Amino acid sequence: MSWDWNFAIEVFPEILGAIWLVIAITFGSFIVALILGLVLTFARRSSFKPLSLLVYAFIEFVRSTPPLVQLFFVYFALPAIGISINKYTAGIVTLGIHYSTYVSEVYRSGIEAIPKGQWEAAKAMNFSKTQTWFRIILPQAIPPVIPMLGNYLIVLFKETPILMAIGVGEFLQKAQLIGSTHFKYLEPITIVGLLFLLLSYPSALLINRLEQKSNQAFTGKKNRRLTNQFHLKSGA
Amino acid sequence: MSIPEKKLEGTRLFPLKQKKNPIAAFENVKKNYDDVQVLKGVDLNISPGEKLALIGPSGSGKTTMIRMLMTLEKPSSGHIKVEGKYLWHKEVSGGLIPANEKHLREMRQNIGMVFQHFNLFPHMTILRNVTEAPIHVLGLSKEEAHQRAVDMLQKVGLGDKLDAYPAQLSGGQKQRVAIARAVVMQPRIMLFDEVTSALDPELVDEVLQVIKDLAKETDMAMILVTHEMDFARDVADRVVFLHDGQIEEEGKPKDIFENPKSPRLKSFLRRFLKS
Amino acid sequence: MTIEILLASAVLAFAVAFIAGLGRVSRFAVIRRVTAVYVELFRGTSLLVQLFWIFFALPAFGIQFSAFLASVVALGLNYGAYGSEIVRGAIIAIPKGQTEASIALNMTNFQRMRLVILPQAFRMMLPGFGNISIELLKGTSLVSLITLTDMTYKGLIIQNSNISYTMPVFVTLLFAYFLVALPLIILARKLEKRSAKGVANA
Ligand SMILES: Nc1ncnc2c1ncn2[C@@H]1O[C@H](COP(=O)(O)OP(=O)(O)O)[C@@H](O)[C@H]1O
Ligand SMILES: [Mg+2]
Repeated sequence: MSWDWNFAIEVFPEILGAIWLVIAITFGSFIVALILGLVLTFARRSSFKPLSLLVYAFIEFVRSTPPLVQLFFVYFALPAIGISINKYTAGIVTLGIHYSTYVSEVYRSGIEAIPKGQWEAAKAMNFSKTQTWFRIILPQAIPPVIPMLGNYLIVLFKETPILMAIGVGEFLQKAQLIGSTHFKYLEPITIVGLLFLLLSYPSALLINRLEQKSNQAFTGKKNRRLTNQFHLKSGA
Repeated sequence: MSIPEKKLEGTRLFPLKQKKNPIAAFENVKKNYDDVQVLKGVDLNISPGEKLALIGPSGSGKTTMIRMLMTLEKPSSGHIKVEGKYLWHKEVSGGLIPANEKHLREMRQNIGMVFQHFNLFPHMTILRNVTEAPIHVLGLSKEEAHQRAVDMLQKVGLGDKLDAYPAQLSGGQKQRVAIARAVVMQPRIMLFDEVTSALDPELVDEVLQVIKDLAKETDMAMILVTHEMDFARDVADRVVFLHDGQIEEEGKPKDIFENPKSPRLKSFLRRFLKS
Repeated sequence: MTIEILLASAVLAFAVAFIAGLGRVSRFAVIRRVTAVYVELFRGTSLLVQLFWIFFALPAFGIQFSAFLASVVALGLNYGAYGSEIVRGAIIAIPKGQTEASIALNMTNFQRMRLVILPQAFRMMLPGFGNISIELLKGTSLVSLITLTDMTYKGLIIQNSNISYTMPVFVTLLFAYFLVALPLIILARKLEKRSAKGVANA
């Protein structure tokens, strides 16, 4: 055994120092994902076929190619055509876009769970399209999928270490730097792992609780299960 | 074309005797689902204020008819007119072009509908279910919409449920809210699609009573799709019997129920009046 | 190299998924506990952190994996944890009546699992496994960060040699991954459509 407690205690604050950056990036990209996800959902349902097909292709493409390569594309390749952004923005944009495709599927599952009668009643009451979306459909579709969205927040959080590849000083990047200067990797990387576990596991439990509650939401229907076929990346 | 309000208050219109412009008209309307023709050329005029009962066996096309009038389905051919205007088309310099959303919304102002399965908005309180459209569609002030909604909810006997959510109500109560929700929009025609079929038997009467009262005091035209024959006889000015996508017979309730002519109507009524 | 890693880690991941998935529904509390800890540990931390830990930190205990082996182990254990949730979910979704019918036929526990429960559960797992394969393919790109020469790493090298290649390299790289993913996507979507069939619903 070569675990060195003194070393671990010494480097812990340095690694933990990245927490605000990690949180900012996580929530920043989550907000991008939430908003862009909604835009994708609307575009995907557009009656203008070319648009909905294009968006469908975009979603499949982005979801099945590695976020790491997408990150390189955004950070290294976009400047080649004159779009230059700093590494933090690149990270937020990349993760935000990548997970917007998952979020869009979540929204879709929520929307598809709304009974046809709600759309018809909205028409019979003469609501406009926009009013129907924002007053009738989305207020019913979103609350039941909040736990699923929460899961993706955790997944996003656990994806932030890839940003070390473009030099963003998050947990793993810090640990790696410490490791290479001291030639001791065990303690710093273990600390990173524990930090992730400590932050994501309780959040996942919280979301589980939320999920159980939302199954008995205002609809009064019990166990209104929303199945999302892409929902395999759920948090711990 | 529009009727002076005074004349209508308290009085009952007998549109069959009056030669009025119809408020709604079906002109050789056909409807196909894929290869199956479910409406085979329907002609029907509804006069302003008329209460029309639409009866017929299940699958005969009653729902399809009123859903087309509500713009929930599009006719495959033929025309529907409301207040003399094409429902699904826009008249542009003599020709007809398919209606856009704006035209449909204009036309929908005339029409209201109560569904078999209520379709209340579950995320809103009863009060908001009834005020939401008056405020955001009709543009009424909050106070005015509130006043109208409370009056109407009291009328249907739910004045004490304003802050409840639909899930907390019985089926009969839900359906009464749905009626109030449609009435506050003050449409010229109200459509009722078997509004008591989804209810437990003991809750049917409270809903029928509300509709009867409404029918007596309103100048709205009503199309009532129903299997409640006594109710149809009570409320309707005219009864239309639909069979296999066609109007088989129509007439005054008395004639239809006591002196049916077509053998199909006879056997239909025999089955119904027995049970 | 990307394909080799994908195949090797897929084999490991699915094997682990089955073992851990069955472990989660074991009759023995100890086994349930141990597999649960494994699953939560790997789902609760990041794949990249796990990869780094196995490659950089394990040597401190005298266990030195090659970059390739470290990659396969990290990917296999990580996606095995996610896969085990699919296995477990499918098994517990089989209606109780199936278990009771098997008991009525006097099957042993093992027979019940092998002959009745798993064949039905397996169909339900397939779409999930299809999706996991796609996630796994995406995950393989991370091995470039421990200097394994997969597609991504090669792309980075070419890109480094001439800055004007940057755009074409990364576009090509993205499409290359998509091309590998495409059969998996089609398979997964097909399985999703078929998955409901052949499962008792009573
Ligand atoms: N969306 C649809 N697709 C296919 N067939 C339909 C659809 N809606 C109704 N039908 C068919 O049209 C016929 C008439 O239905 P409907 O108008 O609901 O009859 P009713 O209300 O008189 O019972 C039925 O045979 C029904 O199966
Ligand atoms: Mg019907």
